[in-house]
Amino acid sequence: MKRAGIPTEEFIYSGHTACPGCGAMLVSRYLLKVLGKNTIMNIPACCFAAIPGTFPETCLGIPLLYNAFETTAATASGVEAALKIKGRKEKINVVGFAGDGGTADIGIQALSGAIERGHDIIYVCYDNEAYMNTGMQTSSLTPMGASTTTNPVGKKGGWRTRNKKNMIDIVAAHDIPYAATVNPSYPMDFIKKIEKAKEVNGPVYIHAYSVCPTGWRYQPELGLEIGRLATETGIFPLYEFEDGKYKISYKKKTKQVIEYYKLQGRFRHLSEDFINEVQTKIDKEWQKLLLKEECSNR
Amino acid sequence: MVKKIMTGNIAAAWGARLSRTEVIAAYPITPQTIIVEKLAQFVSDGDLKAEYLHVESEHSAMAACIAASQIGARAFTATSSQGLLLMHELLHWASGARTPIVMANVNRALAPPWSVWVEHTDMISQRDTGWIQFYAESNQEVLDTILICYKLCEDKEIQLPAMVGLDAFYLSHTSEIVDIPDQELVDKFLPKYEAQYPIDTENPLSLGSLSMPHQWYPEFRYKIYEAMERVIPRLYQIEEDFYKQFGRRYTGPLELYNTEDAEVVLIISGAAAGTVKETVDILRKNGVKVGAIRLRMFRPFPKKELVKALSNVSFVGVIDRSFSFGHEGAMFSEIKASLYGTKFSPAIKNYIVGIGGRDITTDTIKKIFDNCFNCLKNNKIDAHVEWVDIKV
Ligand SMILES: Cc1ncc(C[n+]2csc(CCOP(=O)(O)OP(=O)(O)O)c2C)c(N)n1
Ligand code: SF4
Repeated sequence: MKRAGIPTEEFIYSGHTACPGCGAMLVSRYLLKVLGKNTIMNIPACCFAAIPGTFPETCLGIPLLYNAFETTAATASGVEAALKIKGRKEKINVVGFAGDGGTADIGIQALSGAIERGHDIIYVCYDNEAYMNTGMQTSSLTPMGASTTTNPVGKKGGWRTRNKKNMIDIVAAHDIPYAATVNPSYPMDFIKKIEKAKEVNGPVYIHAYSVCPTGWRYQPELGLEIGRLATETGIFPLYEFEDGKYKISYKKKTKQVIEYYKLQGRFRHLSEDFINEVQTKIDKEWQKLLLKEECSNR
Repeated sequence: MVKKIMTGNIAAAWGARLSRTEVIAAYPITPQTIIVEKLAQFVSDGDLKAEYLHVESEHSAMAACIAASQIGARAFTATSSQGLLLMHELLHWASGARTPIVMANVNRALAPPWSVWVEHTDMISQRDTGWIQFYAESNQEVLDTILICYKLCEDKEIQLPAMVGLDAFYLSHTSEIVDIPDQELVDKFLPKYEAQYPIDTENPLSLGSLSMPHQWYPEFRYKIYEAMERVIPRLYQIEEDFYKQFGRRYTGPLELYNTEDAEVVLIISGAAAGTVKETVDILRKNGVKVGAIRLRMFRPFPKKELVKALSNVSFVGVIDRSFSFGHEGAMFSEIKASLYGTKFSPAIKNYIVGIGGRDITTDTIKKIFDNCFNCLKNNKIDAHVEWVDIKV
């Protein structure tokens, strides 16, 4: 059964150990609602490795395979291959669920390999924009301007000045059948994309915006609003890459980045000039995305 | 049964094929390459029904094997040297997750300087990963040990992974006559793999999650300890079955060669054991009481069996084809430690030989035996550790 298009069935039960307001919980919740019972999920070292509970308990209603930090995609490959040879793949969704560090940094090689090999797996990166499990260190997906424990604000600056890697473009360059960004602040869009992902025969990459009140330093109840701002400012655009074509799912870029930045402690130290620089960058990236959509659909 | 002339690499591939491995994930490295090529050929020709994953690294190869095994498939991989080292983190994972993966490792030296020739440092340095470790002497033994390993590893009381070492080039690229057992006989010896706790959506288990200090972590480790203790007794039984089925006898973790009345015994593992045995034959012809022990298994370490075999020996020379810097050869340390506290404590000396593939000849071994007898005569061990045939 679905309520307003959202399946009512839950696969995450009470008893998890995430911080209040953790975005990864929402991401996994929506994900599993759509994928359903016949799903095997594998999880590397990350916040989510600790969230479902300690052995032998689990708060997830599906089988979980834990694995080493950089192995998510390789593990998913092994799961898929074994299910195939055992004749069980038809009805089971194989999911890799990893953080931004496990995806864009240490695990990117395995991810590239698995996509290139064409495994029928759904890889979900929940992007909380830093290594949160180890206490908020910079990852290659930490946004411009953020301070982290390895980009601490000091007398000479120190915060992050580089921009995020574009993971969708990276996986798109592998000619992946389907990739998309999702944001739990836009649940209907999220659900639709996972429904699509479920039907794809081959690798799928989902890049999920995942708020983190603890690491980003804001009050937990602001999570959904911050999520909406991320998309409305164009910092986290919602789009798909399907059959070689980019398609933007939400085209209203109506807000300025300052509105997003001012709500979070990790950007508190920034000058107006720096934020303007970020704004220029975002505008440019947005234009690029529009062009990608236009060109790839020609 | 068919007899064929084949290299150790081909024998390893046949071992995997006859075991009907279901998932193969492997990455090429000299001198292992031919194993993965041959397996790919078997799969392409339909002679082996398996999923073959062209992974992008050894690290991913092992990750995929672990996952496949946890789903309930029989998994195989092969590697060597740098590749084995890249797997290191996941070797611990494989044993911790109790996955009965079998792997062929072509024993090769580590860089720098680059060397593709035999040495045992790659495998010796995986000592504490919780893997069962075999070192083969012949190509036949490579093939047979892979079959034996699956039976051993998948035993409900064991559930641990195993690696079979074959010396680079001396075995990997050298042809010998090998009996290929009939598939039906192998199927009888090694039935289909049934995982004890396969990952299944009907029964959602969570494997490998966090364990707090007051919960189960030490118990998980203790269970591995217990399982390792069961390996050697079980190995003897399996080798007895193997003998009944295929007519070839293996001797458990040690092969004893003229040790019964020997005054001096050399201990070695790998293909160079053949040279030691040949030297023993030569010296025996002259009435010299020498013997040899080939260590087939390094983990679990066969301490009881060794102590028994050495109980009447006066002098033991341990030949290590690897070295633990800042200390001594690892096999030497283990053998010494095994002898500690026993009633008969022979004198013991460490010889580091054949590093980076340097040839071990009967002359080398004779020289070592001579040195042993000298030490014995003088009642003094000239050096605790000696690097033999070193040019500096
Ligand atoms: C090989 C290895 N290096 C480092 C670590 C330590 N480690 C565990 S989780 C983690 C950060 C995970 O970050 P991310 O993937 O972004 O997920 P998050 O914690 O933010 O959810 C690190 C560095 C590890 N487990 N393994
Ligand atoms: S640190 Fe952030 S990502 Fe980790 S559990 Fe807390 S809120 Fe979630």
